[in-house]
Order: sequence, then structure tokens, then C-alpha cells
Amino acid sequence: MTEMIAVHDLTYQIGPKKLLEQISFSAKSGEVLAIVGPNGAGKSTLLRMLSGEARPSEGTILIGGEKLEAVPQRQLAARRAVMLQNSRVAFPFTGFEVVRLGAEGVGIGLSRRDRDQLALAALASADAAEFAERSFLTLSGGEQQRVSFARALAQLAAGQTLEPDQILMLDEPIASLDIRHQLALLEHARALAQSGRVLVIVVLHDLALAHSFADRTLVLQDGKLATIATTDAPLSRDLIEKIFEVSIVAEHCHGTPWRPLGGAQRSAAIGNHARVSASA
Amino acid sequence: MQHIPQVAYRKTVAMVALCVLLAIVAIAAISFGSISIAPGRVFEVLFGLDPRDQTDFARDALVITQIRFPRMLLGAAVGAALAASGAVMQGLFRNPLADPGLIGVSSGAGFAAALAIVLGGQLLPASVNKLPFEILPIAAFVGALTATFMLYVVASRGGRTSMAIMLLAGIAFAALAGAGTGWLSYISDDRQLRDLTFWSMGSLGGATWSKVWVVVPMVLPTLIAIPLLAHGLNAMALGEAEAYHLGVNVNRLKIGAILLVSVAVGAAVACSGLIGFVGIIVPHVLRLSVGANYRFLLPASALLGAALLVGADICARTIVSPSELPIGIIMATIGAPFFIWLLLRRSPEFAI
Repeated sequence: MTEMIAVHDLTYQIGPKKLLEQISFSAKSGEVLAIVGPNGAGKSTLLRMLSGEARPSEGTILIGGEKLEAVPQRQLAARRAVMLQNSRVAFPFTGFEVVRLGAEGVGIGLSRRDRDQLALAALASADAAEFAERSFLTLSGGEQQRVSFARALAQLAAGQTLEPDQILMLDEPIASLDIRHQLALLEHARALAQSGRVLVIVVLHDLALAHSFADRTLVLQDGKLATIATTDAPLSRDLIEKIFEVSIVAEHCHGTPWRPLGGAQRSAAIGNHARVSASA
Repeated sequence: MQHIPQVAYRKTVAMVALCVLLAIVAIAAISFGSISIAPGRVFEVLFGLDPRDQTDFARDALVITQIRFPRMLLGAAVGAALAASGAVMQGLFRNPLADPGLIGVSSGAGFAAALAIVLGGQLLPASVNKLPFEILPIAAFVGALTATFMLYVVASRGGRTSMAIMLLAGIAFAALAGAGTGWLSYISDDRQLRDLTFWSMGSLGGATWSKVWVVVPMVLPTLIAIPLLAHGLNAMALGEAEAYHLGVNVNRLKIGAILLVSVAVGAAVACSGLIGFVGIIVPHVLRLSVGANYRFLLPASALLGAALLVGADICARTIVSPSELPIGIIMATIGAPFFIWLLLRRSPEFAI
């Protein structure tokens, strides 16, 4: 269990507006860390900081114990893979070619054959093997998401020999997926974390899913870290109502809301959590 | 797991086919023309074999070595440069409609060439001015680089280049260069106007070995360097952020690509004028037939672009023989309808 990411007093400012303010947390490999919050709370912005795509205005980010900006780009790509929402591919690349791109830059020391095999294995494990020969452009949103997930998996697999401890960053990875594939993707991420060498950071909209799959959940509100919920100390009903500006009217069949669920119960959670209505 | 070898096999076949196509077109380009020369004799002259038939051999040898062979080489170099540059630009802008003409490289080159044609006589010392053919390529090349540099200055802030701004700035610069060329044609005399008009329509006429020796050393290293961009351009197709996440140094990729394209297009425009659509047609046809992977697309574009331009030049020379048409007209006649057809198809990649 290595400390994979350590964020200290991170602030991101564009003009006078602070998109992120004074955020600090750390996470170890083997963990699943969810980031939740209302629209515009800064979830995706935080992920952009963590992936190195944008630089914080103040504060530091350590990734694998090193300052993020000091890690050479290729090494960084071996250390963490990122799956963004709505990947748009400009040309008719096949699903296989898209996934193989994950293995190519990082897996420069691997043979061509090995990279191809990594890509095929990643496609199969993301249940996307049937899209290998189809143009990415002709796939539906959910199908594209499965291929993009496979690409991130291929990148991790290719980088594994260089960087034994890795981070998988997912930005709303299940937004367009059907329930079966939502669960399959999150179970897969969970299993990667349980191997002990991968930290999974996932931005989610779904509080119940976040709670059942993540060890800890960062709750963002207006760019600030409102609280960190854990499996032992879940989000209180009051806090949810306050942060998300809703009143919860649903009754939950598993007793207290946001209780951790076993694998078999997870699918049931999807149906139960969402009966909330916006307060006027 | 069968599809990988199959794809590789298809690409090998395509590469061989393109090489054969280029060879056939090249031989045809040397044997067709106002004097028809048998392909057998073309081989005899090119490889220094003993002629089977002495009739007109000296004349044919002269036509081949001094006129048609350099012209064919020039056409192939220009076509390869334009097509490969088109493919690179499309990858960089993530837009299948991008073309070297689009970012203002060709317009900048055209404006500088117009300057040389119209004002060269007054501004340059007489000794330099005796070499109009040598001045034109150099001016066009300097113009291409200047245009690219200005674009880069406009589109970059703090080390990051915005492709959208660059695209729009390219349109603005093209309009400005067009206006400048318009002013110049207004003040030019009749002979200059004629030079200007024909140059801007594009032609491979007047190809000489000295032109070949200027252009080929610029185009060839560029064509060899361009495939080094393949992985970066593939990754860019997923998006700029995604390319960064995959470990691609995006800014270095942009600068490298723009510089290489400037050199290749500047050299091409300099010696043959404005020839459009090669950079759009060729990569698109290849993407439709053998896929979008840049590792294959870049060398294949160079081969097909060379074959296309040499072929178009055969048409330009033979349709109104013994006179000849500007090749730019031939390419626009084929290219513009093709472009409109592309727009009508509305394939998913045109979701701009």
C-alpha cells in the first residue's frame, strides 16, 4: 500500500473565480476513491489537476511520492491512466486501434505483438471485444465508453512493468452505460484496486454507487472539500440535503441510507437510492 | 484474434499496390506527351541500355532526360509533399477537411511570390533580378514560413497553441494575403499580370533539373521525418487532453508538425504554384479504403499524392496538346466536386 497521491492546499483560480479552494487529501494504492458533488462543484476540474492536464494555481500534488510537474511525461503516462467523459475520435479508427493507442506510447519497450495482445485482452475484459473491428465513430455512447475504458486498461497494463503502483482516473465512466455494464465496469475497477497496486479515483454522480463501490468518497461543494465520507461514516441525510439541495423522500429497503452493500445487493441499490425530489 | 494479421496483410497489399501504381504512372508520364515515346525506350534511356532501334534515339533521350524526367520527379515530390502535409494538418486540427491551404501557408507563399513577380524588378538589385525563376521559389518559401510563424504567434498563449484560433486566424491571413495579391495585380503591368495568373493556377511546366535540386532536398527529408509524428497524430485523434494522458508531448508535436508542413508546402508551392485539393482527396480516400492509422496513412498518402499529381500532369499536358493546361485547373476540376461529395455524404467524422 503505497501512498499514490497526496494533495496539499490545492487552489485553482481563473481570474477572480476560485474553481477549487484549499483542497487537501491523500490516497493509497488498493483504494477506490470516489469524487461526488453537485454540477459545477469542481469534480472534473479536480480530476484535470490530478491527471496533470492543468496546473494548480497554488498548492502541491504528489503522485507516487514525486511532484506531479516533475515527473517526465512518459513516466506519468505509465503511472496513471485517465478515462474522460465523451471521448470523440476524429477519424474512423477501429475499436481495436483506439485501445491499442493506450498501449503504444507507454509500452514502447514491448514488442508489437505484445501490445496487440494487451489491447485485445483489455477489449475482452471491458466486454468490448465485439467492437474491435468496428469504427469507433459508429458506436453508441455506451459502447464508446466501454472501448474508452478498455483503452485505459490497456494503458495500465502496458505501464505495469515500468510502474508497479498505478492510478486509474475515471471521469463519470458510467454515464451512458446500461445497468449491467455500469456494475461490470465498477466491479472491474474495484477488482483492480483489490489487487493492492492500483488506486482508483472515480468521479460519479450516483451517491449510492459511490458509497457501495468506494472506500472513501470526497464530497465537493462550490470548489471546496465539504467532507470525506467513508464506509464506516457515510454521508448523513442532512448533509446530502444541504449539499445537493434536495429533500430526500424515499424510504430505503436496506435500513439506513448509504449503507455499504455486498456485490449481490449492489444492483438493488441502483433502484432504491434515486427517489429524491428537488426542493423548490 | 484473427483480425490483426488480416489488417496487417491488407495494409501490406495496399502499400505494394500504391508503389506499383506510382511506377506505372511515372513511366506513363515519361512516355506520353506531344512526342510519344515507347515505354521500352524509356527503360533504355533511364537505365543506359543499348537501344534496339536507333531512330530518333538521341532526340528521345534528350526529351526524357531534360524535360519529362525532371518534370515527373518534380510532380511526384510536390504531390507527395502536399498529400502528406494534408494528412498531418488533418490530424493536428482533428478535422478531415483541413488542408495546408487552410492555415494560410499556401496563401502566404502565394502573396510572397506575387510580391516577387510584381515588385521584384524595382526592389531587388539588377544582378539578382536576372534570375526570376530562382527568386520565385525562395520568395514563396519565405512567405510560407512567415505566415506560419505569424499564425503561431497569434494562436499561442503561454506555450499552448489553440487549434481553433489557429484555424480562424488562417482564414483571416488567407483573406489578407488574397487582398494583398489583389492590390499587386492592380498595380502590375500586362506581362506581370499574366505571370501572376498562371503561377496562381499552378503548373509543373518549366521543370528543370535545377528546380528539382532545390525542391527534392527540401521535400525528401521532410517526408522521411513526417512518419515520426504518426503515434502523436493517432493519439491526437482521441483529443488533445487524451493525447497528453497517453504521454504525448502535445506542444512539441504541434510545433514539429507545423514546421515540417511549412517546409514541405513552401517548397511545393514555390516551384509549382497553388495546387489545391491533393491534401484533402488523398488522405480521405486512403482512410475510406484502408483505415485511419497514421503509421500507414502518412507513407501511403505520400505515394498516392505523388501518383495523383503525376497523373493529373499527364492530363494537363495531353488534353490540349501541344499546348498545356495549368495543373491547378485539373486538380480543382476533380477536387472541388469530390469535396462537395464528401460534404454531402455526412459521415460521422464530419460532426464538427
